Amino acid sequence: MAAAPKPRPAPPADLRPLPANRFDAAAARHLLSRAGFGGTPAQVDALVAMGIDKAVDLVVNYGSQPQAEVSPDDFDRELVPYLSPDERQQLLRARRERDEATVERLERAENQARAQDRQQLVDLRKWWLARMVETARPLEEKMTLFWHGHFATGGRTVEDSWKMFQQNHLFRTYATGNFATLVLNVIRDPAMIRYLDNNQSRRGRPNENLARELLELFILGEGSGYTEQDIKEGARALTGYTFQDEDFAFQEQNHDAGPKVIFGRKGNWNGDDFARLALSQKACSTFLCGKLHRFFVNDTPDADLPATHRAARARAIEAMAAELRDGQYEVAPVLAKLFRSAHFHDDANRAALIKSPVQLVVQTVRQLGTPVRQLSSLVAACDLMGQNLFEPPNVKGWDGGRAWINTSTLFVRQNVAIYLLTGKRPDIYDWENDGARFDADALAAGADAPEALVDRLLAVTLASPAHPARRDELVRFAAAQSSPAARAERALSTLALITALPEYQLA
Amino acid sequence: MHQPDAYSRRIFIRQGVMLASFAATLPHFIQESALGMLAPDGSATGSRPGVPDERILVIVQLSGGNDGLNTVIPYGDREYHAARPSLSLGEPGKAKNGGAALELDRDRGIGLHPNLTGLKELHDDGRLAVVAGVGYPNPNRSHFASMDIWQSGRPEGKGTGWLGRYVDATCNGNPAADVAVSVGRTAPLAMLGRTSRPIAFESADLFRWLGADAGGQMEDEYQRMVRAGELKDVAAGSQESFLMRTALDAQVTSDRIRAAVRKAPLARYPGSAVAKQLQTVAAMIRDGMKTRVYYVSMGGFDTHANQPNSHGNLMRQLGDAMLAFQNDLKAQGNDGRVMTMCFSEFGRRVRQNASNGTDHGTAGPVFVVGPNVNPGLQGKYPSLTDLDGGDLKFTTDFRGVYQELLGKWMKAPTREVLGGTYQAPSIVRA
Repeated sequence: MAAAPKPRPAPPADLRPLPANRFDAAAARHLLSRAGFGGTPAQVDALVAMGIDKAVDLVVNYGSQPQAEVSPDDFDRELVPYLSPDERQQLLRARRERDEATVERLERAENQARAQDRQQLVDLRKWWLARMVETARPLEEKMTLFWHGHFATGGRTVEDSWKMFQQNHLFRTYATGNFATLVLNVIRDPAMIRYLDNNQSRRGRPNENLARELLELFILGEGSGYTEQDIKEGARALTGYTFQDEDFAFQEQNHDAGPKVIFGRKGNWNGDDFARLALSQKACSTFLCGKLHRFFVNDTPDADLPATHRAARARAIEAMAAELRDGQYEVAPVLAKLFRSAHFHDDANRAALIKSPVQLVVQTVRQLGTPVRQLSSLVAACDLMGQNLFEPPNVKGWDGGRAWINTSTLFVRQNVAIYLLTGKRPDIYDWENDGARFDADALAAGADAPEALVDRLLAVTLASPAHPARRDELVRFAAAQSSPAARAERALSTLALITALPEYQLA
Repeated sequence: MHQPDAYSRRIFIRQGVMLASFAATLPHFIQESALGMLAPDGSATGSRPGVPDERILVIVQLSGGNDGLNTVIPYGDREYHAARPSLSLGEPGKAKNGGAALELDRDRGIGLHPNLTGLKELHDDGRLAVVAGVGYPNPNRSHFASMDIWQSGRPEGKGTGWLGRYVDATCNGNPAADVAVSVGRTAPLAMLGRTSRPIAFESADLFRWLGADAGGQMEDEYQRMVRAGELKDVAAGSQESFLMRTALDAQVTSDRIRAAVRKAPLARYPGSAVAKQLQTVAAMIRDGMKTRVYYVSMGGFDTHANQPNSHGNLMRQLGDAMLAFQNDLKAQGNDGRVMTMCFSEFGRRVRQNASNGTDHGTAGPVFVVGPNVNPGLQGKYPSLTDLDGGDLKFTTDFRGVYQELLGKWMKAPTREVLGGTYQAPSIVRA
């Protein structure tokens, strides 16, 4: 019988700082991978040289870094509505009167505008992915992605790419900013209002959708210290919060200004008051920090963690929550303290996150230095792997963690890495000849002997030290490839095999 | 979601140390079937209770909104000809606008599109049920929204899919890796459950690691590493352990599927994409895979302009592919185990438009094929004069069709999956 693996020591159950001298290349790589999308060996070395305090400061307080210089934000604001109010009237009249020529002309115009709007959403996906690849502020994009999953809103329901673009801008503006301010902006966000039907909510017949999700998914968490009554009254408070064209509008005549009892307090509350009352509940900070912890530190299911690790996780989350409350809901200080902590850097939290599809793609480009190749292919691959940007599956966002992985997505994950390394697209038989060659030899940095080559590639690629059996296997493989003429090919094929390892899916 | 720990612990308890230490290198579903062979009383049994191992459901999705009125044709209705002067097809034997309907129900004056000769043959053989006027209340004319409604089986078109919930409900939240298979680029919403996810691949040939194509010893090396499964120094329950096991699952499933589709089919298939997909499904059924639900799809039905040619081609492709599929299953001796359902997200408007095409409409026909159907035209054909803003009023709720397929065919608890009980004609022979 094989000996059972030793139980792993639990990570520290608080946020005490990591001793500065333990901030080595592996720790810097961990920081770059978790707080962003991974870094090149040169970036890792630079972080180690500056020490953990400066490194964390550089990553979290990214305001000093330039904004990403990617494709300009030249999206069209005027695509929606697809027909003007006049044209809409005309269409209704023509349908009544069976004026087929007019019906056809207007329906064609409508379909055309709809198609343009959909195309713009496709362009947005490519634009955002490119931004994540190129930004000097990776945490800004990573938190924008976090908020997109947290305040999940789907383009198919919103049917207005400009509103989705505006929302993306909102998330970026408050990426590491104040959570309470962000929430107050989210209840004014036209995409969210449309997605959760608040534009249909008015005095006398409130729609509970937004109020419910604010408590259940955005601020407190399911079943955490609120009642159905709070939702009903909150929905009344939010009446009149709607939009006019592309901007927020408060319609006084549709707002229910009467008295409401929310969280046991009586007042003529409006939507802002409702949000503030929810934000002041104890459950709020723990709920948000639990999600941040799962996003940045470890997404192993509770049931699969040893009890000591579970307890340490819960207490670290409480420490984050205390920091959030102390800082009046500023997110940046919480992240700084987390990234500086021994808890974050502990071995038990290395290779403990399953890369999201977007993380996998962007990190492969940024960390290995592959060409970007076709953004449209990368967007399509993300969709195949279960993460279509601007189209989360529902208002709960992406489940993340192990839900990303199944027998189909795993092959796509392996094959998208092959595509980035070699240009072989996952959906066609031929090798795409885009002229962009990836130089694996550069990543190998002159390592030539099979052992040195494999050790170097594993170190710059995997999130935790390779298993001895894996290393031996790869060394044997590399040694068998050693015709001197094929040095670059040997590095490339060894690297390709590493990206196909189950371990490569971990950050 | 897999729970490898639970498996190995249970195996450990039941069968002792040897199997447990072996378990780390076995894929999940092989372990699962090892487990399934032992009933609680220790007796051997081939299947889990309540799960009919032998019955299979195949869904064929027609994307874009198939023109139901020119698919199942009310040739005997003057209103049909009046509303569609250049599109309406003639009664059997009397060509009009280039075609004459094939007889389906003479008493009711209903026929099939002239190019649906394949379905006509299945009908004459007692293997085709046609459900007329299938739709839902407050119809949505957006492709996406209406497809989401059909696939989720819910009026709001959100949440999980109807087949996903079926798999969830019958597999105790622990579905085998290959219980649902979609032959297509993406996994359809219909197959996404709370825990279950389908296997999705466009072509079996791409359901594998493509790095092997670089040649050399890449494939051998990859196989060695992936088939190693869970390495012995990996912590139980860790993310690594989960990934190593799933990678092994994927490889074994891929081997199985690719081996299955390499065999020559027992019937001749036409060259269309939908025929290829159905051929792949038939190969997997023949191979004895444990898959209960298959999904294929066919696009191009959004015929706003110059409809006759394009729609005629689609009808030809669909009918011929369905016939080839049935012939293959029959030759395999598997036709009695398989029921195939074919739907589209909506039909089209009654009146043709000014471009010799049709615009988005509402209710449409559903085909159900197999030797265990109640053959012929089922349900009430919608009126062409009692319309809702120029569109047909549905006569059978689509969830009623699902209820027949899940309840009477797959023997599943339908209330739980469909959230209610619906009226429907008797499509499946009990």
